[in-house]
Amino acid sequence: MAAKVEAWGSRVGLILAMAGNAVGLGNFLRFPVQAVQNGGGAFIIPYLVCFLLMGIPLLLIEWSTGRFGGKFGNHSTPYILDTMAKGRVWKYIGVFGIFTNIAVAAYYCYIESWTMSYVYHSIVGTFDGMSQADVAGFFNSYVDISQSTTGIPYEAVLFYIICLLLNTWILSKGLGGIEKVAKIGMPLLILFGVILAVRGVTLGTSGASDIFPNANAWDGLNFLWTPQFDSLANPKVWLAAAGQIFFTLSVGMGTIHCYAAYLKEKDDVALNAVSAGFMNEFVEVVLGSLIVIPIAAGYLGLDWVIQNAGFGMAFQTMPYLFQQWGGVLAILAGVFWFGLLFFAGITSSLAMGTPWMGFMSDEFGWSKNKGAWSFGALALLMGLPTVIFYNQGVFDQYDYWAGTVSLVVFAFLETVLFSYIFGINRGWEEINKGADIKLPKFFKYVILIITPLLLGAVLVSSIPDWVNQIKNNDTNNKEWFADNYFAENFEGSGAVSGKVIDVKSDYIKFEFESERKKFDKVSNQVLVEKFNDTKEYKFDSSLNQEAIVKVGDVIKPGDAIAKGNFTNNTLYKFIGRMLLLSLFVFISIIVYVAYKKRVKEGRATL
Amino acid sequence: MNSAALITMVLAQGIVICLTLYFFYKVLTTPPVQEPDSFSDNDEESIRKND
Repeated sequence: MAAKVEAWGSRVGLILAMAGNAVGLGNFLRFPVQAVQNGGGAFIIPYLVCFLLMGIPLLLIEWSTGRFGGKFGNHSTPYILDTMAKGRVWKYIGVFGIFTNIAVAAYYCYIESWTMSYVYHSIVGTFDGMSQADVAGFFNSYVDISQSTTGIPYEAVLFYIICLLLNTWILSKGLGGIEKVAKIGMPLLILFGVILAVRGVTLGTSGASDIFPNANAWDGLNFLWTPQFDSLANPKVWLAAAGQIFFTLSVGMGTIHCYAAYLKEKDDVALNAVSAGFMNEFVEVVLGSLIVIPIAAGYLGLDWVIQNAGFGMAFQTMPYLFQQWGGVLAILAGVFWFGLLFFAGITSSLAMGTPWMGFMSDEFGWSKNKGAWSFGALALLMGLPTVIFYNQGVFDQYDYWAGTVSLVVFAFLETVLFSYIFGINRGWEEINKGADIKLPKFFKYVILIITPLLLGAVLVSSIPDWVNQIKNNDTNNKEWFADNYFAENFEGSGAVSGKVIDVKSDYIKFEFESERKKFDKVSNQVLVEKFNDTKEYKFDSSLNQEAIVKVGDVIKPGDAIAKGNFTNNTLYKFIGRMLLLSLFVFISIIVYVAYKKRVKEGRATL
Repeated sequence: MNSAALITMVLAQGIVICLTLYFFYKVLTTPPVQEPDSFSDNDEESIRKND
């Protein structure tokens, strides 16, 4: 019943597609921030150890199980896992390998569409003459779909749909289309990355200004790479390193299985897996560490970087920094930066379409075209709420449950399946079949013991946070609909009170004592200093919302500060979680229908 | 840059660059697997999980 099975055109194409799948925005934005927050240069030690003990083993497991399933004509995780063990439950655990991809593609394409849009804005000169606050404000108004940044109505939605259409169109060309994009996108990404990295390394003190007279790019590199060995004794640093390795390699998603399922039975997986993994590490450790942090430190100073390092820097800070290069250079830098993020994004989002397409082709004989457009429709249906209700937290819910939790759960289960149910001896034999490199036997025992333990540690340590998310412990406004609005925590601990320093009927401004980090160049240590921070609330008078505090009031987190009609974000977050649950149930039903069909055709297994 | 940072950076990036180039070079230079030329090579794997 299955449609004609596809195959990769070339080995290099496959490796570039696999590396493209792994290389994402996190390589440039998440890795340097994690390093900065977890011991600077010392972070590289647990990071590389985790790559060896968790990253490479997981790559080997996923490549070999994918090729194993492909041998039986299965190209997505439900039936790849089903071929590996007795029992009907595994095909439903394999649902994660389709669910995660559709849910992540839904919001990931939104980020990808920002990069497309920012390439456009860099070329037309939208950021010319903007201050840093203006550039940050531009992003905030961009994601608020009721506002238009360029006069194009619903610009964010429009770019999102264009981006999704582009992905769907390429996917409809099958593996050939994906391979072509990887062969063009990956070399361009590396070229753009190298150009920006050279600038990051050579910027030095030339970016210092009257506002930031001490700005120095080398301070950023010093901070990023000076080893703080005492951090190695901190388990949190090891967990952060394990988490970073996990997310950067795109393991636990089902995309690697799917790509590898199109290999021939005796094709190598060992060398391919290690080569694609190291290509990702090159982009992350070499290019990722030499762009954002040194360039930001070179213009804004190291203290600014320490206090503000995060994902938002890509869109809220970098365009401003590129403006300092002036004229054509600013345009080129914008195109290079957002272009490399776009290629990093599209090579990943394309991979996310293939498990659904592979499953529908295997089980229902769907063509590439039908598979691709149905994937696009599903991603659009799931993605529009993240675009429309971005500021209400739907996007973050998708990122948390589909882009974080599902990956860890699935990777842990597949590792247990591979090592203890399929059997490590068969598994090791599968990994080494047709191998072009001889893997040390050490990895066999790592896969058997260390990898499941590490994954288990990451999984267990994240459970308290799942509970906090479901209980909405991150907010003091837990009701969906309320007549009062309560002050949120002023800082992380929730123990600090704020003093009202300005009030209008629809506006409150608080001042509170907070802490910020500063780098002391003499002692090479990060010091903490106290300072007075402010926080603002804006209310909507059309909903009868009105402030009920007065200047001088001291307000604790959880105290009522306004009255009126409020619809809190907890409602939208709940809708987000329900949408994800519905998607999981929907895919499970399709897997069940496919199973019944196999029973009817006499192809079902026990 | 201070020397500790410079050494860490050069070492970490050097190791990653060398290993990336080495494995990619091996991919480019390893000859493709020959197609099996006998029936016995072709049908050695036909069992499934029920074995």
